[in-house]
Amino acid sequence: MGVPGSGLAKGLAVTLRTMTRRAHTARYPDVQPELAPRTRGVIGLFEENCTVCMLCARECPDWCIYIDSHKETLPPAAPGGRERSRNVLDRFAIDFALCMYCGICVEVCPFDALFWSPEFEYAETDIRELTHERDRLREWMWTVPEPPALDPAAEEPKELTAARKTAEKAQQAQQAEKREAQE
Amino acid sequence: MSGDSVDVLLRLVAVFAGFLVLPLVIGQTEHKVMAHMQGRLGPMYAGGFHGWAQLVADGVKFAQKEDVVPADADRRIFQLAPAVALLPYLLVLVAIPVGPGGQVGRALDAGVFFALAVMGVGVLGSLMAGWASANKFSLLGGLRTAAQLLAYELPMLLAAASVAMAAGTVSLPGIVDAFHWWWVPWQLTGAVVFFTAGLAELQRPPFDMPVADSEIIFGAYTEYTGLRFAMFLLSEYAGIVVLCALTTVLFLGGWHGPFAGGWVWTLLKTMVLAFVVIWLRVSYPRLREDQLQKLAWTVLIPLALAQIALTGVVKVVIR
Repeated sequence: MGVPGSGLAKGLAVTLRTMTRRAHTARYPDVQPELAPRTRGVIGLFEENCTVCMLCARECPDWCIYIDSHKETLPPAAPGGRERSRNVLDRFAIDFALCMYCGICVEVCPFDALFWSPEFEYAETDIRELTHERDRLREWMWTVPEPPALDPAAEEPKELTAARKTAEKAQQAQQAEKREAQE
Repeated sequence: MSGDSVDVLLRLVAVFAGFLVLPLVIGQTEHKVMAHMQGRLGPMYAGGFHGWAQLVADGVKFAQKEDVVPADADRRIFQLAPAVALLPYLLVLVAIPVGPGGQVGRALDAGVFFALAVMGVGVLGSLMAGWASANKFSLLGGLRTAAQLLAYELPMLLAAASVAMAAGTVSLPGIVDAFHWWWVPWQLTGAVVFFTAGLAELQRPPFDMPVADSEIIFGAYTEYTGLRFAMFLLSEYAGIVVLCALTTVLFLGGWHGPFAGGWVWTLLKTMVLAFVVIWLRVSYPRLREDQLQKLAWTVLIPLALAQIALTGVVKVVIR
């Protein structure tokens, strides 16, 4: 320790130095916080992508997702074809009083209908009002940020590869058609 | 005759105003200084500008709370205790000179003894509260208070006695009148002992074992609510004012300064000392009960005695 009392002096110096520096306090209601890109604020629903497969509702650890749907029959696409049946979403609600923000529903959704939004200011005074219906979930969808960019040397996302292949095929088909027409 | 009574009245009103305002100023300073020393902002909303009215808001809150007296409590003592804790500091403040030429509530010939004796009474309030609350934590806190008072009154008295020896008087204005700048290094040990012992007597951190909230809830104040609790808190801050003012008067030369200023110097020195009180609170953890006693009996009292010896020797040499 060296000189007796140097520890005491050091303690005083630390607090005095801290006093001269800026405070770390987050002044939240006055200043909005800067959130991390993958903040788990609330879950948004992109309902066009939802096929009512119910995977999210089944995987949810505390069963806070409510889904109602009915079946509709579509006329055959081509004459003489078979009639197709399709699920139509009637109700999609998440009880955020139960939700523990594990994100399993977002992970498990095979059709990318659920997304994390950084929005977090949805406190209610009544616990029952924390069950948010599809219109509110849809509003939150528009607050979902773009996914962070990939690393420079990362592999191309599968979606892009698939889309590019389809485009190339279509182009080749077109060119083949043109050549046939010329000949 | 009537001029005299107006004069007395004015002095008392001035002392009372100081007694009401200064503790609040120190309390607010503590809020902000402690916050910034911990990298926080402290109160920011009450009153609009940087939370200047936080303590006013606290006072309003305390006034609204129910005044609870425990069923088994010694009712009258319990209710009297906060006043016993608070009033002595007002009385001491009356005797503290702030400027030259009789700028004092009431000049007393035995000012030093009056101040120290009455300050000791303030501790009695905590003791009464601890005993009367019918709560084991309160009792523990009260007994710790008593032990602390016993241990720290002695070095405090010895350190003050050293100054009284140096000045050859026990009157507070007399001591400041006799002050020379070289008294500061001469009486430095005494000043440190006096200030430290005073902190312990006020139960300020790092000597806050009697209210150690992590050990005995809130010591003697555990059962108090509302305004009575607020009075205990106020007495703590009034105690800081009194201790810092006394240290200023006894050891730092009161209204003497490098250039003319009068009572402004007293106030300035008191406020700087109050800042030190807050600074110490933020910087150091609470001592253990046995460390507290050890510090008093094995460090402060020998130091105070050494200071008295030094004062005596120098006094004889310069005569």
